Amino acid sequence: MSSGVRLEGLEKSFRGPTGPIRAVRGIDLSIAAGETAALLGPNGAGKSTTIDMMLGLAKPDAGQVSVFGRSAREAVDAGLVGAMLQTGNLIRDLSVRELVTMMAGLYPDPMDVNETLELTGIGAIASQRTHKLSGGQTQRVRFAIAIVCNPDLLVLDEPTVAMDVEGRREFWNIMREFASRGKTVLFATHYLEEADANADRAILMAHGRIVADGPTTEIKARVGRRTLRATLPAIDPATLAQLPGVASSERHGDAVTLSCSDSDQTIRALLQAYPEAKDIEIVGAGLEAAFLELTGEPDLEDAEVTVP
Amino acid sequence: MSGLVYTRFELLRTFRNRRFWFFSLGFPLIFFWLIASPQHNKIIPGTGLTYAAYYMVSLASFGTMMSMISTGARIAGERQAGWTRQLRISPLSVRSYFRAKVLTGYAMALLSLVLLYISGALLGVSLPAGRWLEMTGLIIVGLLPFAALGVLVGHLVNTDAVGPLMGGLVSILAFLSGTWFAINSGFLHAFGQFLPSWWLVQARTVALDGHSWGARGWITVAAWTVILSAAAFWAYRRDTGKA
Repeated sequence: MSSGVRLEGLEKSFRGPTGPIRAVRGIDLSIAAGETAALLGPNGAGKSTTIDMMLGLAKPDAGQVSVFGRSAREAVDAGLVGAMLQTGNLIRDLSVRELVTMMAGLYPDPMDVNETLELTGIGAIASQRTHKLSGGQTQRVRFAIAIVCNPDLLVLDEPTVAMDVEGRREFWNIMREFASRGKTVLFATHYLEEADANADRAILMAHGRIVADGPTTEIKARVGRRTLRATLPAIDPATLAQLPGVASSERHGDAVTLSCSDSDQTIRALLQAYPEAKDIEIVGAGLEAAFLELTGEPDLEDAEVTVP
Repeated sequence: MSGLVYTRFELLRTFRNRRFWFFSLGFPLIFFWLIASPQHNKIIPGTGLTYAAYYMVSLASFGTMMSMISTGARIAGERQAGWTRQLRISPLSVRSYFRAKVLTGYAMALLSLVLLYISGALLGVSLPAGRWLEMTGLIIVGLLPFAALGVLVGHLVNTDAVGPLMGGLVSILAFLSGTWFAINSGFLHAFGQFLPSWWLVQARTVALDGHSWGARGWITVAAWTVILSAAAFWAYRRDTGKA
């Protein structure tokens, strides 16, 4: 099982009402075998189109897809890939168990059906008909279908959309449990906390391109400022702004708030200069802020979209 | 192997579907009994066939056509649900998928046929075993264009349109092909012979004197099979080519 997933120079356009829409504008990406990566981005960033090409559902206009050294189609035919697509419902007139059994029967080396039902927490609804399930239950069954083939690569396109908070938490627990069996996982989401909590790595997409790629912590640090708060009466905020690593400062009563580009430097200098500082607190900006900063910039190439 | 599993569950699903029981099985049976039973032994003028024999094959052609075209409704439904995409990321080949759909259509059609044969026999239709088989063989061949038509319809229209389209199409074809009353001369007679359904209904001439289709029937059915298969293939490509 060499090399995991590699995408090279992927491009894809669709015909739109006012001319071609360049959904994916050159994606280079490689995901190592065993890695769990999150594909993050707002709607229209090109995540689903990228996933479709990775699964062989859409043909790239340019570029290459390689899944464990094979083409997308070959990997799918060999039963190496399981996926939960963004949209999709279940077929009627079968019970949950029958549907999962049917899907298992299409693959060369599937997981045990009972084990799958157990793992995905749908054992209790196994005898229910598929068209009588709630949205959250349907998503779980779709997840069971994605993993029953015992795939080496699991692709999930916004898997938690129809789930409530509790359902999401359980879903990710199951996903991590499955990923821990040495699986390669790629999931698309626009819930930043999901990427943060469940992926080793975050790949941020906007306007059909990758705008950042790295460990979630690194991505946050790269653009995210940290906020340092401390109780420090009688010091002029303008003086504090001179400390190394501080971008700006404010005072509210006895408390000062420093926005830091390098909070490590700031805290050392602060404690040296003002040992009386109390209640010190450093807060990361969170992926949300990092994300806005990375993808919120106007994209000059958007002009191409509107020209017929 | 995976194709077999898929076919098995496809059959199971179909036989659990209430619409199938009504339209493909119930409807032709009810009409047969309503029309044929009051005067089942009388000969229909110009045909040489009893009411029972005539309407047995007529309604069999109606029911089996419905069975085959309703493949389209199942495909359209699965497309709309996004299920076709889910199957495309499994090792199930396109060929196995369509084979399962067509085999299921044929299984439904044969069930409908057998029920009408039993009804016909109960109303006095009596034929040598060879003729029953020959008639069945002609109907099976005559359904080939409709197998392709089902796939075509399934990839061409959405689930809202598929019901009315199927119902309308089968009704018109049944009318023009002499299902409800014999068309023995005139424009309708000349025109009807160009339709694949005409020859489905004509399978009943076997009952009369072992009379098969003749060259014209075979050519018409073969031509429609080729044309509709090509169209079905085109519709499938068009449908799956877009993301």
